[in-house]
Amino acid sequence: MQLEELRFGTELLKRGFAKMQKGGVIMDVTTSEQAVVAEEAGAVAVMALQAVPADIRKMGGVARMADPKIIMEIIDSVSIPVMAKVRIGHFAEAQILEAMGVDMIDESEVLTPADEFHVDKAKFTVPFVCGARNLGEALRRTKEGAAMIRTKGEAGTGDVREAVRHMRMIMGTIRSLKGMNEDELMKVAREIEADFDLVLECRQMQRLPVVNFAAGGIATPADASLMMQMGADGVFVGSGIFKSQNPEMMASAIVEAVNNYDDPKKLVEISTGLGDPMKGIDAGTLQPGEVLQTRGW
Amino acid sequence: MERVLGGEGSVVEVRRGGIVPGCDGIVLPGGESTTISRHLARTGVGDEVRGASESGVPIMATCAGLIVISREIVEETRFHPLGLMDVRVARNAFGSQRESFEADIDVSGFGSPYCAVFIRAPAVVGWSRKVEVLARIEDAAVAVRQNGLLGLAFHPELTADGRFHEMFLDMIREVDIDVGDR
Repeated sequence: MQLEELRFGTELLKRGFAKMQKGGVIMDVTTSEQAVVAEEAGAVAVMALQAVPADIRKMGGVARMADPKIIMEIIDSVSIPVMAKVRIGHFAEAQILEAMGVDMIDESEVLTPADEFHVDKAKFTVPFVCGARNLGEALRRTKEGAAMIRTKGEAGTGDVREAVRHMRMIMGTIRSLKGMNEDELMKVAREIEADFDLVLECRQMQRLPVVNFAAGGIATPADASLMMQMGADGVFVGSGIFKSQNPEMMASAIVEAVNNYDDPKKLVEISTGLGDPMKGIDAGTLQPGEVLQTRGW
Repeated sequence: MERVLGGEGSVVEVRRGGIVPGCDGIVLPGGESTTISRHLARTGVGDEVRGASESGVPIMATCAGLIVISREIVEETRFHPLGLMDVRVARNAFGSQRESFEADIDVSGFGSPYCAVFIRAPAVVGWSRKVEVLARIEDAAVAVRQNGLLGLAFHPELTADGRFHEMFLDMIREVDIDVGDR
């Protein structure tokens, strides 16, 4: 077997990588110490950031890709995959992260968008995850080459309601495709501005063609269980861990909650005595300019 | 797996203790080996898998699963593998996700090349004489067999080629013949 006969960056490899994250928790971390806490707690991957979304909200200003130094330190400290965020449409940030050997890129509305076009993700060897609020967005991102979709929710609030709403929109629309003929599916595809073949695939599989995680406001084991029961393949926890009173316990509890999401008795044990979760913000009180989920299209 | 089985049996997901003892074969899938090992230890499923293997139940371990059943992991001190197979395994042997690859490999016993999907894959860098090497990439072994254990560094579940699943089912059938119908 010669090394030059190897094929890199194929769709199968990108989607396959995302599948390996299924049933797992991906945690936001800002230091190598936090990354080690996340790995010890059983995270399947970490998201390396300059600041967690709750702090990005507080700080204001332009939120950009993290300093490569922070990301490299985190890559060196753990054996699980390391992801990092780029601004929507900022393909140069994505090229930099790919060159560093980041395992997956999150083209994220949490950072300040750079373009009204999303990154052409099919061109990259590294797989991408993108946020979505509804089936149309999810399938547009899939068409652009995203290997994983996550709900946008409302990042940095610790309020799960928007993630719930987005998961309902995605799964509900997929359920409504059942029993439609091709003419009707064509109409749906036009209305939600999605690729017809992908809509067809959703009807047949009764799920998204790629892995679908929940994100944006998950702060407790019960939140994680809720999202899994609604059809999520796994969970991203951003500010919810390192903004809680006891991050080690919370991280471990959320991992256990995803493993045992359909076992309420077990969830009693898991949820008990964790200290205060992140304080959070009622997502319903945000002013239009403070809402992150409307970034991207 | 379901497809290759063709109704001959059923596939159950194991997330907690008590299920493994009723199984005729065990698949330890890919994922993150650190996460899986920790879960196996916490739930007691690890001990059940070890017990089942010792009583002859075949195991197919892919990617992270191969790390989990190994005897030794290169440069790993934090968690201990189950130590079922006489192999020494290097994690992320080919690099990060950027270096993940597909390749058509020659597998001993297969009549034609097999498209194998390697995702942040491990490789077997050392093995005892009890281990049969079925496929290699350069000096490392990527498909190995030792009695009732089949270890694959890649992901047979991601392609339509069911030859490794067939091999695993044959291993289960051989056990059934040995002990008679259960």
